Amino acid sequence: MTRIEILDELKKVFAPYTTNKEMLNSINDDTDLIRDLKINSANLVDIIIDAEAKYNIEIDYDSADKIINVGTCIDVIMEKLNQNK
Amino acid sequence: MNNRILNHLPYKSSFRFVDNITLLNEDEVRGEYTLKNDAFFYEDHFAGNPVTPGVIITEIMAQIGLVVLGIFLVLKESEFSHIGDDSLFPLLTSTDVSFYKMVLPGQKVTVVSKKQYFRFGKLKCYIELLDSSKELVAKGMFSGIIKKIDLKNE
Repeated sequence: MTRIEILDELKKVFAPYTTNKEMLNSINDDTDLIRDLKINSANLVDIIIDAEAKYNIEIDYDSADKIINVGTCIDVIMEKLNQNK
Repeated sequence: MNNRILNHLPYKSSFRFVDNITLLNEDEVRGEYTLKNDAFFYEDHFAGNPVTPGVIITEIMAQIGLVVLGIFLVLKESEFSHIGDDSLFPLLTSTDVSFYKMVLPGQKVTVVSKKQYFRFGKLKCYIELLDSSKELVAKGMFSGIIKKIDLKNE
């Protein structure tokens, strides 16, 4: 699975938690989840749980801590997907 | 026995909306509160026609359903790390509540809360509030976090 594919799917994962739909369509690695997408910091937990279910991975506390922008979010998902192989 | 947890609640007097915890485990909590006839909000909500405000109903649900269970889970987690609970503050992060019935002064209500998940310090629960005839007054999804804030050192 490529970064572009994950980024495209993440748009659907983020959608219920952001009201900034315009920004959502143009996200890139540098898009900050809290500052740019205006996601309530507690909803990051819901996003992590949704991502775990979607990719059948488990995201631990240390990995969750790294998730700040779209890029680090994709990093964590790819790292966990590779561990599953 | 279950009521020992109430010593850890940070709320005092006029903003404490828990009398009694009747069930408490890692997955659910059940508790009761009787609305005081002389509560501060009845005088103005509404003048001459006191009705419990929806925000107070929401607060009762959050204190019993989310905060009591949240403190129970955090204390369980930190059993061996000696975290002083005077620096733990519960913060509400989201609610989505529907109301079905009014609650009048002096009525006793029961809150039933079921844990959806507790992860990364966030607790999410499905909570119902029932009146003394076990009729549904309100129900909804609640989320909150318990934050360690050391006010003295800031």
